[in-house]
Amino acid sequence: MYVQLLDLACGALLLTAVLVLWRRELTVIIRMFALQGAALAVLVGVLAAQENSAELWAVAVGVFALRAVVLPYLLRRALAGAGESRRETRPLVNVSASLLAAAVLTLLAYAVSQPLVELAPSAATQAIPVGITVVLIGFFVLVTRRRALSQLVGFLLMDNGITAVGFLATTGVGLVVELGVSLDVLLAVLVLQVLTTRMRETFGDTDLDELRELRD
Amino acid sequence: MSALGVIGGVVQPVLIVAGSPLLVGLMRQVRARLEGRAGAGVGQPWRDLRKLLRKERIAPRGTSEVFRFAPLVLVATTLVVAVVVPFVATESALDPVADLFAVVALLALGAVALALAGLDTGTAFGGMGASREMTILALVEPTLLVAIFALSVRVGSTNLGAIVSSTLHDPARVISPVSLLAAVALIVVIVAETGRIPVDNPSTHLELTMVHEAMVLEHAGPDLALVELASAMRLSVFLGLLANLFVPWGIATEATPLALLIGVLALVVKVGVLGGLLAAGEVFVAKLRLFRVPELLAGSFLLALLAVAASFFLA
Repeated sequence: MYVQLLDLACGALLLTAVLVLWRRELTVIIRMFALQGAALAVLVGVLAAQENSAELWAVAVGVFALRAVVLPYLLRRALAGAGESRRETRPLVNVSASLLAAAVLTLLAYAVSQPLVELAPSAATQAIPVGITVVLIGFFVLVTRRRALSQLVGFLLMDNGITAVGFLATTGVGLVVELGVSLDVLLAVLVLQVLTTRMRETFGDTDLDELRELRD
Repeated sequence: MSALGVIGGVVQPVLIVAGSPLLVGLMRQVRARLEGRAGAGVGQPWRDLRKLLRKERIAPRGTSEVFRFAPLVLVATTLVVAVVVPFVATESALDPVADLFAVVALLALGAVALALAGLDTGTAFGGMGASREMTILALVEPTLLVAIFALSVRVGSTNLGAIVSSTLHDPARVISPVSLLAAVALIVVIVAETGRIPVDNPSTHLELTMVHEAMVLEHAGPDLALVELASAMRLSVFLGLLANLFVPWGIATEATPLALLIGVLALVVKVGVLGGLLAAGEVFVAKLRLFRVPELLAGSFLLALLAVAASFFLA
């Protein structure tokens, strides 16, 4: 039962990461990100139930509150101010190619995480490739998308992946560390949100490629 | 060759041939009702087939044997698949053919025969339809293979009967990420392969959008009846395969009349429900632009590949 729930949560993490890459509408991307946050919280919850640790339960609740509620809310608010540009219209790599790239990234994640898994094979560590795949897909989103908001989601995807790997590998890195990381992420999102608003006020767009040209 | 396999091999093709036009009728009826129309009734496809079969056989001038044999090849390959794939009974009459690769190859052979017939007519529509169909087919086949392969990894065999019986013995496998990812990939692929919305619209004859219909535009009379029957059979075969790979319960494992009856009923109910859901889903989505179709299929290929990867990661 424990292994199945863990696997299901990992499957949901992977699926939502792929859907972020696949879909163009920013609202759908944000919803997928919220779902991924919930899946991550479930993952931590399953580990907490297995370890029977109150601290992990608290972390699970915190992860849910931050990644499935607060961050999506902030992203949605940033989007509401964006006006007409609701779609990722022309990513640097087209969607079919990026989906195939994600397939390659999955295999890469599987290959590089084998030594890690072999250190202590268990149901949790065997799922580490999933976390690394999410990190790689997040990085891919970060470098190939043009809208500031989808790049932000890519950054958060990476962070979700890193958190997932952390929990799967060590069953929690301690409440204090987790709290610090979470606050860091929250702060980054708040700062970037302000930055996108300023960008739009100055340039009328959040296409980051426009920033390469010098203007008066 | 077991008794169960032989009985299954007789019952399944009869059921598929008789039932598939009814499935198409059911799906049209569901759509009609949801769109606020009365609908032509579930039996309408059979009435259409009867009308077409009574007509005279006409072939366009300049066409060769390829054009004449294509409907027969299409029906024959689909019939073989209907005989061997575990729909009603877990054992197969021709066990070596009930293999993942053999079944996918047989289904592809029928589609290729039809595309060649489309090219053989030499008309613009036939060629365009064939070229589009081949584009979609080339993207669909790898996904189909990989998605079912993900399920066969755990069983250690690509025999469809073995995959179905192992799921029957271990129901917990159905809710694993491997099954879920493979199921989503397979659904997308089946929608594309059987030419339903959002990839193709089976009820349109608009030249910009049609894929399958453009290819069979030159067929008439009994030939057209065979093509329509074969398309309906392919739809039932794919839905039956989907149902039995992921929800195999009810399938007959022993050769008693009661078990076989339950097997038949279970298949009819499962395929009927899947067809109804597919038709209801079609009401809510618009057809995709042809140039967006590769994107959809690349996504489903990725999901299928993830399913295979997950069957190794999360073992």
